[in-house]
Amino acid sequence: MTDFVNSFGIILFATLVYATPLLYAALGSCFSEVSGVINIGIEGMMTAGAFTGTVVAYFTGSPWFGFLCGGLAGMLFGALHAFATVKLGADQTIAGTAINMLGPGVVIMIARVLFNSTDTIPLSADQRIPEFFSNAFDTTTVFGRFMDNVFSTYASTYLVFVAVLVVWFVFYKTRFGLRLRACGEHPQACETLGINVIAMRFWCVCISGFLSGLGGACVTMTISTQFRPISIVGQGFIAIAAVIFGKFRPQGALLGCLLFGFCSGLKVVLGGSTGVNMHLISMIPFVVTVIVLVLFVGRSHVPSANGKPYIKSK
Amino acid sequence: MEKKKNLTTIISENRFIHTIFCVILGFLVGAIFLVVMGLDVGAAYGRLLKSLSNIKNISYVIVYSIPYIVTGLSVAFSFKTGVFNIGAEGQFVVGSMAAAVVGILFGHLPKIVLIPLCFMAAMCAGALWGIIVGVLKTKWGINEVLSMIMFNWIAFYLSNFIAGIPAIHSDGSAEATKNIADNARTLLSEDLIKEWGLCNTANWGIIVAIIATVLIWFIIDKTTLGYRLKAVGANKFAAEYGGINVNGSILTALAISGALAGLAGSLQLMGMGNRISVFSSQEGFGFAGIVVALMGCSNPFGVLAAGVFYGWLTYGGSKLNLEQVPTQLINVIVGTVVFFIAISVIFKYLGNIKKSSKGKKGE
Repeated sequence: MTDFVNSFGIILFATLVYATPLLYAALGSCFSEVSGVINIGIEGMMTAGAFTGTVVAYFTGSPWFGFLCGGLAGMLFGALHAFATVKLGADQTIAGTAINMLGPGVVIMIARVLFNSTDTIPLSADQRIPEFFSNAFDTTTVFGRFMDNVFSTYASTYLVFVAVLVVWFVFYKTRFGLRLRACGEHPQACETLGINVIAMRFWCVCISGFLSGLGGACVTMTISTQFRPISIVGQGFIAIAAVIFGKFRPQGALLGCLLFGFCSGLKVVLGGSTGVNMHLISMIPFVVTVIVLVLFVGRSHVPSANGKPYIKSK
Repeated sequence: MEKKKNLTTIISENRFIHTIFCVILGFLVGAIFLVVMGLDVGAAYGRLLKSLSNIKNISYVIVYSIPYIVTGLSVAFSFKTGVFNIGAEGQFVVGSMAAAVVGILFGHLPKIVLIPLCFMAAMCAGALWGIIVGVLKTKWGINEVLSMIMFNWIAFYLSNFIAGIPAIHSDGSAEATKNIADNARTLLSEDLIKEWGLCNTANWGIIVAIIATVLIWFIIDKTTLGYRLKAVGANKFAAEYGGINVNGSILTALAISGALAGLAGSLQLMGMGNRISVFSSQEGFGFAGIVVALMGCSNPFGVLAAGVFYGWLTYGGSKLNLEQVPTQLINVIVGTVVFFIAISVIFKYLGNIKKSSKGKKGE
């Protein structure tokens, strides 16, 4: 029983740690996709954020300033994507693919010049994002250890759950959110009602970049303490998958990210204790996602105007 | 003024010239970036040019470009038929693993039987990977981009798992499969390599890639199958109204696209690779295929050229370290090229403005 509670605590801890960066990026993806712009460049934006966050924290010593700068770096690439797709009406998939090449290309080159290596120097404990409640629980009892495992986690994890609430509120309870959703469904109708579709989409893609950048920064500023070229491999695409899984809603994306996180957490525990092949265990999150999709989720409604450049008619 | 208008019109109307223009811009931005970072532009670009300097280097470039051409074809074919094959990565991986399994277990067969068998195995595996996604889409309505991302990772771990099976796993300490049988390699004969002064992995794969290019061009442009698939890609409701079986077409398109990516995997293995290592991260041949397809404007012959271009940059890029320039320069250049291709609509837009203003003056 004690073992079970312990393992369960560790699984929950790993769930939260894995889900956090995905969730930032997924919320970002929601903004962009719901406003009608496909953003396949999330991966590149996360890489930019991961590098910038780590480097700024390393040189200034302030993790929060680094975290913020990580977001801003993602936003810079978001703005580039927005400029191409929203202002110029470029093909959104092509522009996103370009961002996925440019993001890692630019930051890894800078890393080589700054550190003479593609890896950055590992952050010290006070340069990383702090942990909450690290000594709040009595770890000598089973319950205390469970609580310590689950709740004594990085501040960025607490922050992302607040962010989910905020994004949900913005999407469904504010005028801005209503307009945003309308832009993704029927931009022409929006324009006739006096909404500036171009500006709405531009800012949504920028926000999307900012959140993705934060997500990237979370990866390198918490568990792994340095930026490496393989820090962000595929998380951006998994975040996109989580959003489609969640039917383009922030609360759905939350479920998608938690599912991925949970399966990854399961992997950590199972991989250590059972004789099952590690590679097969690693496959679980992806197989489970497909099964869940077939059994429970099915067809997802893509915002009607998603992927179509909006050209203002004269 | 008159000359400038002509330039934008030419660039907007001819896709080939337009792409060349984007490539020049890519190198320009790369150069600016190098200068800003305080690196030696001349040395970097000199090294890239040097990788085209003699027959040996050129043969390297061609060998490097083979998988990119074929994954590029895979993605280009999917673009033409209205699905976005972001799953080429996974199809490539299962294809190369299938070829490896056949190449190791049936090593005793003669070359003339074994090589086609490996290609078939790879194409079937890739096609299967495509069809699974197609069935999920047509039967349960599951978004293909989502399931392809999942199946890329499933392929990745499946390949790692198979590489660990005792019958396949390397006898030595290497975290990889055994080497495939010599009979399964597509290498040129040693005499030929020596006589022509080629690189030691020079192989027949490029011939297969060229045949695939012509075949795909033929299917897309000259057959009713291609017409049907394009019709579904252009407007699936209109196609259905016209009596085309939409679901069947989607499955066919994904199967062909998957088979191509699988073939690319086997070409890479049987030419250069020789064995499959346990991956620590995705290798990105499929993702590179997306870039190549975009640079080639989804035209099979365009893809052939773009694949060689990408192969050149990858090979040249691997030598950049000698000049103290990060290999990642290649990503910056290619990323910029793709970015300019994405915003190419601006040229058309500029051209149209010029035309319409000219028209008004004429009235």
